Amino acid sequence: MSANLEEILSQGMQALAESTDLTQLDQVRVSYLGKKGAFTLQMKELGKLDPDQRRAVGQVINKAKGEFQQKLEQTKIAMQQAALDKRLASESVDVTLPGRGQSIAGLHPVTITLRRISKIFASVGFSVVEGPEIEDDYHNFEALNIPAHHPARAMHDTFYFDPHTVLRTHTSPVQIRTMEANKPPLKVIAPGRVYRCDSDVTHTPMFHQVEGFLVDSDVSFADLKGVIYEFLRAFFEKDIQVRFRPSYFPFTEPSAEVDIECVMCDGEGCRVCGHTGWLEVMGCGMIHPEVFKSVNINSDDFTGFAFGMGVERLAMLRYGINDLRMFFENDLKFLEQFN
Amino acid sequence: MQISEAWLRELVNPAITTEQLVEQLTMAGLEVDSVEPAAADFTGVVVGEVISMEQHSNADKLKVCQVAVGEAEPIQIVCGANNVRIGLKIPAALVGAVLPGNFKIKKSKLRGELSLGMLCSEKELGLAADADGLMELLEDAPVGTDIREYFSLDDKIIELDLTPNRADCLSIEGVAREVAVLNKMDWTAVEVAPVEITHDDLINVSVEDTESCPRYLGRLIKNVNPNAQTPLWMQESLRRSGLRSLGPIVDVTNYVLLELGQPLHAFDAEKLTDSISVRISKKGEELALLNDQTIKLDGEALVIADEKQALALAGVMGGQATSVTDKTKDIFLECAFFTPIAIAGKARNFGLHTDSSHRFERGVDFSLQERAIERATQLIVEITDGSVGPITEVTTTESLPARNAVKLRQARIEKVLGISMENAEVTKIFAGLGMQVEVTDEGWDITPPACRFDIAIEADLLEEIGRIYGYNNLPNSSLLMRSELGKAEEAILPIARAEDLLVDRGFQEAITYSFVDEDIQQTIAPDDEFIRLQNPISSELSIMRTTLWCGLLNAALYNIKRQQTRVRLFETGLRFMNENKQMVQQKMLSGLVLGNVNEEQWSNKSRKVDFFDLKGDLEALFSLTDCEAQFKTVKHPALHPGQSAEIVNSEGQKIGLIGMLHPTIEKKLGFETPVFLFEVLQEMVFKKAIPKFEVLSKFPSVRRDMALLVEEKVTVADIINNILAVKEVFIKDVQVFDIYRGEGVEEGYKSVALSLILQDSTQTLTDSVIDAIFNKVLEVLGNNINAKLRD
Repeated sequence: MSANLEEILSQGMQALAESTDLTQLDQVRVSYLGKKGAFTLQMKELGKLDPDQRRAVGQVINKAKGEFQQKLEQTKIAMQQAALDKRLASESVDVTLPGRGQSIAGLHPVTITLRRISKIFASVGFSVVEGPEIEDDYHNFEALNIPAHHPARAMHDTFYFDPHTVLRTHTSPVQIRTMEANKPPLKVIAPGRVYRCDSDVTHTPMFHQVEGFLVDSDVSFADLKGVIYEFLRAFFEKDIQVRFRPSYFPFTEPSAEVDIECVMCDGEGCRVCGHTGWLEVMGCGMIHPEVFKSVNINSDDFTGFAFGMGVERLAMLRYGINDLRMFFENDLKFLEQFN
Repeated sequence: MQISEAWLRELVNPAITTEQLVEQLTMAGLEVDSVEPAAADFTGVVVGEVISMEQHSNADKLKVCQVAVGEAEPIQIVCGANNVRIGLKIPAALVGAVLPGNFKIKKSKLRGELSLGMLCSEKELGLAADADGLMELLEDAPVGTDIREYFSLDDKIIELDLTPNRADCLSIEGVAREVAVLNKMDWTAVEVAPVEITHDDLINVSVEDTESCPRYLGRLIKNVNPNAQTPLWMQESLRRSGLRSLGPIVDVTNYVLLELGQPLHAFDAEKLTDSISVRISKKGEELALLNDQTIKLDGEALVIADEKQALALAGVMGGQATSVTDKTKDIFLECAFFTPIAIAGKARNFGLHTDSSHRFERGVDFSLQERAIERATQLIVEITDGSVGPITEVTTTESLPARNAVKLRQARIEKVLGISMENAEVTKIFAGLGMQVEVTDEGWDITPPACRFDIAIEADLLEEIGRIYGYNNLPNSSLLMRSELGKAEEAILPIARAEDLLVDRGFQEAITYSFVDEDIQQTIAPDDEFIRLQNPISSELSIMRTTLWCGLLNAALYNIKRQQTRVRLFETGLRFMNENKQMVQQKMLSGLVLGNVNEEQWSNKSRKVDFFDLKGDLEALFSLTDCEAQFKTVKHPALHPGQSAEIVNSEGQKIGLIGMLHPTIEKKLGFETPVFLFEVLQEMVFKKAIPKFEVLSKFPSVRRDMALLVEEKVTVADIINNILAVKEVFIKDVQVFDIYRGEGVEEGYKSVALSLILQDSTQTLTDSVIDAIFNKVLEVLGNNINAKLRD
């Protein structure tokens, strides 16, 4: 390598090393590799040499040029990388800061519970039916085998608008309305608000019930037991103990109260279950022939069962809520716990 | 009803524990509410007799007694009670005894005198809340007997919560009958023998209303001892059933009520004028009752009267004027059967509820009266002596309740209960329940006893079988469920989808009462005709809401008081309108927002929610349906006149409201920030069209923008409706993208910038077609709403 070429290469390498950004680097490239660049000029000089020298000298120049080019490329990549690194560094955020936009709220625990109950029954073909909340005496009482002066009326603290018009005290009137309008077989649940003139720590004047009933040509108490049993296990997602106790409702015969093993103490006995290990969760029974009579269904041809449950009661047990009144205060701190 | 286990076991004593008995009763439908011990725990107390007594030499108030306690020698006990005397029999707690409250009796010295125990009062034994001296035992109390044994204190009080159909179990005998059947054993009825008649005097009885009173028995018992005391065993029985002792005559009537289930009443015979009649009260007639309440009779209630006046509210409560007192010598004992329908509701009408009315309105055994009056007489004579007269009886047999045979078909047992049962077993169950059983071809004819008012149809008999067999022993069938396929309605938006949309847009679901305060209702919707409750629980919950806003506003205020500054709520439920005297119930969906549009955020500047935020939420809701909602400015008493709209559908029907709470009401209710509200009628909104496929256009769409100058009063809806009214099929969409007021736009005008999206599905639109449409639109807008193209 001629001294001159050596000089060019060494200066070129120096210039590359001294470049601080891509612009400078490009200028260096132009001044060595451009049309009038140092290496280009060297190559042009080749023409003046003997043809037999040309090859050897050319190889030397190319080698020096190659060395320069390689360094140039390396420097460029390093600079690009540095620039990217810088940009990335400048663009980094605190990923732990919260995101933007509307927050999501939630449904009321009563609605959540109603939806779960409906879903369980809908999965075996029950349809959901609603009815009016202002009811007439006939559908709320008479047709359900509760005539005037029946002692059972004392169990319903009824809100009246006039002697014949009430706020429904249970969802059972929907049973009557459905059977008036449709022929069996019927498989229905009727969720909704009900009203009783009672207000204290364990009673609110409005609450929710789900009435369910099934009428078909061959329905027995054993079917009722089976349905209730499976429903309660599905609802609590637990293999709980269930027991049926004889009770009395004017619109069913035989009638039963259903108790479940206390879900708070697993039946060991606690304050919630009054140390009995059992919790009353619903009433049920075989539809009373008088009820069938009032809707013109022949009770020799059809039998059926009906059940009714308090939604707040089930929600309280499911979620461990200890105060019924909270359901209707609508305190966001309460409601948001179910979001 | 509260009963003593020991008393029950006198009639039927199965070899089961209290826990087993209680479980058995509950599972047979006689629900046990609680089981309490009859007396507090104590030990080491025996019947003692004071043999001799000396004054304590060092203390005026103390006596040093020698007390026989059944051991070889009497023991010395120092006592300070003022009724201690020689010969008195008392409960004596010996050294080592433990009294209630873990009070241990030790050998001690009282002012130098040795005392080897303590003489006790009722209070000290936990048998009474108070006492003013030692408990005095009867003279025949056997010295040395353990007090717990003597009083049978190792007893439990069982509280039964009976359903209204089981009036037959409102007595010890009734429960005993049930327990016997459950344990497949016999029970012993209380033995009652007629009492010897010792005088012939009668009081005449006439029953005017034989329908209400099919049977009335009366008897005069003379010269009872006014100083007689109710024996301790009876007092204890009453106490354990939750009744106070009120003197021997009343105690006996109460005792028989508990024992047999028959209410009785005793009149002071000397205060009666001539004969007794059972009649309907006269309207306005007054009667002073035993509880010091004077009632004005209504001309419907049944009364017991003499020649002068009404004496008692039949089957409910006796009157002051003829009540038995500690001076009463002659009594007239009444033992009647009043029909449930005659008594039902009567007590409640006067705000009364008694043990007697409770039983009569549910049904008392109508075959029981003779036995019950003999039993009461027997007890009265035992306790107070007295001379017994003959029974006067007025019975109208045809008015007594019928007891017809009820058919039970063998096949129904399996059909309804899902079990097969041996015929003999069925017969045994019903016989045990006191029913007459006759075998027929199909099954049985079963006649219920007079004490059962709940057996009228086959289902009632099936319940009895189920009960006695045990509901828990009946099989559980796995879901038979003849399944039909479910529906998948597409034309109605499920409410759950709408709820979920609102939840996802930050609305929390609330559930508020359907009845509201009249004040807030009048403030929010003064023009609505509402429906008033006759018997509200309070004035705050007295009328039915005509809008869900009442409850939502209250819920918002409740939360603001608890430091919430951002509230977004919705509720679904009925509103109740009084329309032309018709009660109309409509399903609504309503919402409320206040505070910042989003939760406070580090990078976004906070901004208060406004009309268009809420409108956006509603539009999102409408976009789930095929409801083409139009918003029209409206004046509503609850809303800001410039920021409220009525929402109508394409047919012009009102489907809802949206707006800002009127600032005056905002202030009146106590809000300090604007509140925005909406409500829509579910039925009008939640309709969905089933989608119908349209061929996609292969040709590009064209967007043409226009800036229109219009008067302020012209709404965007006016502009868009006019454009759509051109009915140009190529116009696919119209979008507003800017509203401008200010420089270049004359005062009173605004510039509305909008774009038309045009497209043809068969060809690319040419400029000439586009221009023609553009000009046609402009012309219509110019003609109809005086809109001009802005330069």
